Amino acid sequence: MTNAEPVIRFKNVTKAFRRRDGRGDFVAVDKLSFEIAKGEIVAVLGKTGCGKSTMFNIVAGLIEPNSGEARVLGHDPFHEFEFFRGKIGIVFQNDRLMPWRSALDNVLLGLQILDTAPKQAEHTARQWLTRLGLSGHENDYPHALSGGMRQRVSIARAFAVDPEILLCDEPFSALDEMTARDLRAEFVRLVRQNNKTAVFITHQINEAMEIGDRVLVFHRPARIAYETRLDASVIEQARRKVQEDIMRVLSVDAATAEAHA
Amino acid sequence: MTNSRSVRILQAVASMIVLAAVWQLFSYTFPHYLFPPVPDVIARTIDILITGSLLADVLLTAARIFGGLFGAFILGSVLALVIGQSKTVENFVAPVLTFFQGIPALSWVVFAIIWFHGIEFRVLFIMVMTTLPAFTFQILDAFRSMSKDLFEMTMSFRPSRWTLFRFLIVPTIVPGILTAWKVNLGNAARVVVVAELVGATGGVGYQLLRQQQLFDMAGAMAWTLQLVLFVLIVQQTINAIENWALRYRAVSERAM
Repeated sequence: MTNAEPVIRFKNVTKAFRRRDGRGDFVAVDKLSFEIAKGEIVAVLGKTGCGKSTMFNIVAGLIEPNSGEARVLGHDPFHEFEFFRGKIGIVFQNDRLMPWRSALDNVLLGLQILDTAPKQAEHTARQWLTRLGLSGHENDYPHALSGGMRQRVSIARAFAVDPEILLCDEPFSALDEMTARDLRAEFVRLVRQNNKTAVFITHQINEAMEIGDRVLVFHRPARIAYETRLDASVIEQARRKVQEDIMRVLSVDAATAEAHA
Repeated sequence: MTNSRSVRILQAVASMIVLAAVWQLFSYTFPHYLFPPVPDVIARTIDILITGSLLADVLLTAARIFGGLFGAFILGSVLALVIGQSKTVENFVAPVLTFFQGIPALSWVVFAIIWFHGIEFRVLFIMVMTTLPAFTFQILDAFRSMSKDLFEMTMSFRPSRWTLFRFLIVPTIVPGILTAWKVNLGNAARVVVVAELVGATGGVGYQLLRQQQLFDMAGAMAWTLQLVLFVLIVQQTINAIENWALRYRAVSERAM
């Protein structure tokens, strides 16, 4: 794969599932095409059931598309199983921590699967737990951690294997807004600091705007309905609009106060 | 928790004391060859434990129980993992195991005596055949209850088959394995006595047959108590292993 090649490329990818009641196939992804470049954070936005997670599972290599071409790092994510060892880190909607492993052991899981030397693996896992503010909780089992702490452990687990791509499937949707906001900021900082490519699935517009360099909006079944790049000019435009709105509200308030006087 | 545990232990001890007291009352009313006094039964029980040749019979029975359970556990685990991965294999094997489950232990004893010569192999065969279906189905259930979420998460790291087995499948089926051992232990203890009673020249079952021939109720009680003590000790050991292996669960989730 050359530097110019996209990290993730979908070309007319279609995925349908057979309905159990025999009413034909259910199309989850319909001729979906997009590209994601190295270092981009792309937020994928869409209503529930629009095929976001199916797209996610295709990128992760967990399911195979029926037609079209899905390439990740220039390879087929479903068939080239070995190639992707340690190259994709996933943060799921729920934390998916192994209840029989402590926080430290959960972060160690990926490193152990990748046969990292035990001392190096433990050092890395402890470092990631500390970065995510979980120092002192290394030996706690998941049932003893709060929802936010558990999701931090799962983020540490994904980052610990130093993947090239991070896939996140609505990772903060089950958390309260305050915790979710903190974790979002933390996540973006870590992705940028470590120069990762990230695909972030969400159904919240604010979250997509906050996180993504680019936002892809999906139709149902999954197809690009709208796409926007959130560069400096877009943000400046939005800021100017908010300023104008505030000015308008303030001037209406001033006029009302004057009339009362 | 400690308080409620202490109360539970006290209640259990109290119920055993009441049972012994009732037996003792019967021994005052009926002839001793029918209801021997409790002190006599206790003396005979201790006698077995401190007499090497008699203790050897208890240990022989214990070894047969462990041997049979271990054989069934290994075979059952392999069968469960194979069935768990193939619906076709399940369609072939599950009905056979269900059929085996319906065969009484005594029938297996008769079959073993007709088919085989060696005593130890007969007992092993009977033990394995009577506990295999339960081991297989219990481990299969544990395997099937494996979380799809955890499976997907583990697969996202692209593990080898061995790593997947070690890191996900084994910890998932451990609670099922421990339950299977607890359930099958009592079953195995009953079956081994029947097997020894009919076709062995040593062990607790053989000794029970001798006590029946001698019309010695105190002896029969003492040998029975050996088996009960053995089952209780092993069950407590399994409970301790379970508490250690499942220590990750919140206290409220663990078996109290």
